[in-house]
Amino acid sequence: MEGDISKIDNILFNLGYLDLLAYRDSEIHRVNPVAKFITTVVYLFFVISFNRYEIKMLLPFSIYPLFLILRADLPFGYILKKVLYVSPFVIMVGIFNPIFDRHIFFSFNGINITSGWVSFLSIIIKYFLTVTTVIVLIGVTGFYNLCYAMNKVGVPKVFSVQLLFLYRYIFLITEEAARMTRARELRTPISKPVSLKVYGSLAGHLLLRSINRAERIHRSMILRGFDGNIKIAGRTSYRLNDFIFMSLWILVFIFFRFFDISDFIGKLVLKVFL
Amino acid sequence: MSHHIVQAEDLHYTYPDGKFALQGLSFLITHGESVAIIGANGAGKSTLLMHLNGVILPQKGMVRIGEMPVTRETLPNIRRTVGTVFQDSDDQLFMPTVFDDVAFGPLNLGFPKEEVEKKVRETLEKVGALHLINRATHRLSGGEKRSVAIATVLAMAPDILVMDEPTSNLDPKSRRNLIELLKSFTHTKIIATHDLDMAMDLCTRTIVLSEGKIIADGPTSDILINEQLLHKSHLEKPLSLQGCPICNKK
Repeated sequence: MEGDISKIDNILFNLGYLDLLAYRDSEIHRVNPVAKFITTVVYLFFVISFNRYEIKMLLPFSIYPLFLILRADLPFGYILKKVLYVSPFVIMVGIFNPIFDRHIFFSFNGINITSGWVSFLSIIIKYFLTVTTVIVLIGVTGFYNLCYAMNKVGVPKVFSVQLLFLYRYIFLITEEAARMTRARELRTPISKPVSLKVYGSLAGHLLLRSINRAERIHRSMILRGFDGNIKIAGRTSYRLNDFIFMSLWILVFIFFRFFDISDFIGKLVLKVFL
Repeated sequence: MSHHIVQAEDLHYTYPDGKFALQGLSFLITHGESVAIIGANGAGKSTLLMHLNGVILPQKGMVRIGEMPVTRETLPNIRRTVGTVFQDSDDQLFMPTVFDDVAFGPLNLGFPKEEVEKKVRETLEKVGALHLINRATHRLSGGEKRSVAIATVLAMAPDILVMDEPTSNLDPKSRRNLIELLKSFTHTKIIATHDLDMAMDLCTRTIVLSEGKIIADGPTSDILINEQLLHKSHLEKPLSLQGCPICNKK
């Protein structure tokens, strides 16, 4: 019983923690959200653009999220845990590749490696790179700043405002759900799983409460002159550093994309040591 | 300054489920008055407040803000004149940061950007919350949320403040700060509340509602010592008017 209660509190804490990270101060945190957003989108685009059997050219791309984590002093373990949370899903997506794709990709000391395994590994690496980077981006920018950035670069307001509200109220809804579950648990002396009937009632109540709240929020919005169009006062200023951050990284990505740096380093190492 | 007047004339409202919420209310609140609206749960307090800002339009009778009757056509003006502070601050603070939330109203009124920033700072300063300007609204304490919620309303420069249970869920210190803050405002104030001690401190006049009707309307100091009346409307004498339980032990 106790386990369940602390589980929800934990989720709540975890959700808020990522947000709290964005309140820290570092040179990465100070980079304009728009610059970080654009750089990261370009990064994601490059990582995804590789073909399904690519591994070694992907590896240099880990520099960008690592750089952000180190310079912004984010807790590495926390971010890794977050990434691992979703990883079973990705493993499910890729796991059939080794089964169906049995072409031999290369042989190493008599062990045949099939292309299925290679593409599986490639999916996993791409997953780690992209998801880590997005989580890190939220951690160094803050969710609402990202929504502003999206708005600035032309993402339709419907999406950015939707996300903004989602993020504002997800804490309240989770808290409400946590309170309800806690109340149920405290009246269930012998721990047992939630029956479908009780679950339905809990979920239904949560929905009704959310609808009521939405109504009250809408009311408070129209009382302050809301006319269906949310106006956001952007207070971000651009500095030269933001531009340098963005253009340098994009140059690095282009370099990594078209120049096989792993191959180069490998050959260099061989040359020096053999 | 006639535009600070709030007048209700024979106000009726019946909810869609057939429940009578208001049954013929009439009153006149003049410029600068502080009025407490008290009564049992379900007496019609919140329904009345929703009539004052035009969220609900009267089914019968009329509400006037200043010279203006509350109708669909006058709503933009009414909403600028009447600022409403909700009971649950989380309903009021819907933007991600304090700055954006306070800026929401002025931006909708079409203020230019620099003016908005100035207005936000000014208003937050007034409620003593300027240090919160960059904080996320969901991370504020209850007392901070209430102050910011009031700032979001003040930023629209209303003449009349309508408040639903402003002191609920506040710790005693935050409650006291809020009362002092509200005392410093010169607006016409209409406050629905169960906190009769606050009503004593803040409001010179009290209107008592019961089952959608006004059963008393007069100086707060007279009404809050009328035990029979209070009992009838599920209320109790304010603590400050009750004898000290320790010194006055019988």
